[in-house]
Amino acid sequence: MAAIEFKNVTKKFGNHVVIENINLKIKDGSFTVLVGPSGCGKTTLLRMIAGIGPQTSGQVLIDGNDVTEIAPGKRGVAMVFQNYAIYPTMNVRDNIEFGLKNNKIPKEERDILVKEASEKVGLEEYLDRKPSTLSGGQRQRVALARAMVKKPSVFLMDEPLSNLDAKLRVQMRVELIELHKKLQTTFVYVTHDQVEAMSMADTVILMNNGFIQQIAAPEEIYRNPANLFTARFIGSPAMNIVELNDGIRLGFRPERGILSDEADPKADFSVEGQVVTREMLGRETTYSVRDPQGRTYMVTGLDDPYKVDDKVYLNVSLKHIYFFGKDEQRIYEEDAQQYQACLEALRRGL
Amino acid sequence: MYKLSQKVWAVAGTILKAILIFVFVFPFLWMVSVSLQTDMEISSSPITLIPAVPQWINFAAAWSKGPFLLYLKNSLTIIVSVIAMQMVIMVPAAYAFAKCDFKGKNLMFGLVLIAFMTPGQITFLPIYQMMSEWEVMDTLLPQIVPFMTNAFGIFLLRQYFMQVPDELIEAAKLDNAGSLKIVYKLMLPMAKPAMSTVVLFSFVSHWNDYFWPLVMTQTTNVRTLPIGIAMLKNTEGITNWNIIMAGNMILVMPILVVYVFCSKSIIRSFAYSGIK
Repeated sequence: MAAIEFKNVTKKFGNHVVIENINLKIKDGSFTVLVGPSGCGKTTLLRMIAGIGPQTSGQVLIDGNDVTEIAPGKRGVAMVFQNYAIYPTMNVRDNIEFGLKNNKIPKEERDILVKEASEKVGLEEYLDRKPSTLSGGQRQRVALARAMVKKPSVFLMDEPLSNLDAKLRVQMRVELIELHKKLQTTFVYVTHDQVEAMSMADTVILMNNGFIQQIAAPEEIYRNPANLFTARFIGSPAMNIVELNDGIRLGFRPERGILSDEADPKADFSVEGQVVTREMLGRETTYSVRDPQGRTYMVTGLDDPYKVDDKVYLNVSLKHIYFFGKDEQRIYEEDAQQYQACLEALRRGL
Repeated sequence: MYKLSQKVWAVAGTILKAILIFVFVFPFLWMVSVSLQTDMEISSSPITLIPAVPQWINFAAAWSKGPFLLYLKNSLTIIVSVIAMQMVIMVPAAYAFAKCDFKGKNLMFGLVLIAFMTPGQITFLPIYQMMSEWEVMDTLLPQIVPFMTNAFGIFLLRQYFMQVPDELIEAAKLDNAGSLKIVYKLMLPMAKPAMSTVVLFSFVSHWNDYFWPLVMTQTTNVRTLPIGIAMLKNTEGITNWNIIMAGNMILVMPILVVYVFCSKSIIRSFAYSGIK
């Protein structure tokens, strides 16, 4: 168990600054997911914790100790790589055991630990197999067992599920959540997939261009995005963003838009439009609606009353509307003056 | 029309292959034949292709004409030490060139490539002088020390190591493996095809080497098998080709044995050293 802290950390590759002066705390025992588009610096952060891509300046602390000078193998961290990084010439047992051997754990103890770890991931029958004879999911489990067996205080995972097929990914997601519950150690998980972030994390750290956009619980980051980037990145289909006057933008989630045959006089935001596409997904239906100005809105709902080309009205009530200022930051209700300006802009219409 | 030209090519190809095989195999078979012929048969006209009675005694004769056991011991000592030393030096060097960052890396690798391309005929004089100054000319060292490293091997292994994903090395670092462990426990087993190529090349070239042992040795004590066999020529006034060929048979026998046992991996490793 260990908390992780970044203090004024900067990372450069040559002259290219990837991360600039980041300060960040990751809570002990949390399942923290670093999420963001590719190139945002999330993997760079993870590699700094592991010690395989050290920071250019600043400090990384694990459990309050500066680990800058400590070798990767002595930090008490384990990592699962995107391509699994299983040693191809060793069989499953040797793969799992390699770290223990290097740490000079006696044979009897090793046997017990390997047995334990392989049982946890359901690999006990495959211990003598070579990795090349295993399926993608099984290799993933070998990588997990190899990380687990060392009983690390921090688990690092770099897009571990991205090479699995969709069904297996969903299954492994559940297993990882259960594993975290069982082990109670700090998990730091990197992904570009916001669904993975939302489904597994207890804390989401959203990054873009080397900067942290928001740190919050999944439900908080979804319901209360701090800025336009977060609002657009989290959620699928993405939040609808409409430009008002003075650089003010309005946003609402697709499931908060209500389609009707006639304009709703009580709605705070209402536009007339036409259904352009309809995707029936079984549980819900996603419509895209285009207004006369050519703006497209995504709307999802459990009901499925409309067809393509139908004329509809899209209504949203104020409590589901978010406002963003010129600087792309969220304008909250508490900021009375600015919020009034937003309401004014909304009233004046599109 | 198309089918006909295809057939012509197939036939022509087979004929060319047959000629090629003949060119390579005939001298070898002739060596086998001559090594089993009598003195009369080797000088008869027309030439004898198949001896009337195989003269196995030629082998004993060749073996007894010099201290061949000593030559064999020297040859083996040199080869085993050379290959062992190469493993110790070449593998970490190749790893460093492939996966580590250090100052002067490119320059140093350039030097390795130059060494790779420099023939022994250029370096033997300075090395000879150096060895004679060290006063080791009466030992096997002049035949071992210059080959302790192998530029070709460093080059080949480096190319192989470069294909290994960095994540594997990082995973090993996180598993608390030191550099030596990474090199010998992780990288080397993965580089098996490249490694066996290098070892085989080393073995064949040192086993057969004639030039280097010839210029580096003055006494019987340190001579190797190829030199010993070449010296059969000078033991008597007339050249006993049958005895010399019997000696050559003794020389190639180990290589033949190696070939019979691992022809598959030899072919694989030779193919590997080509385009991959």
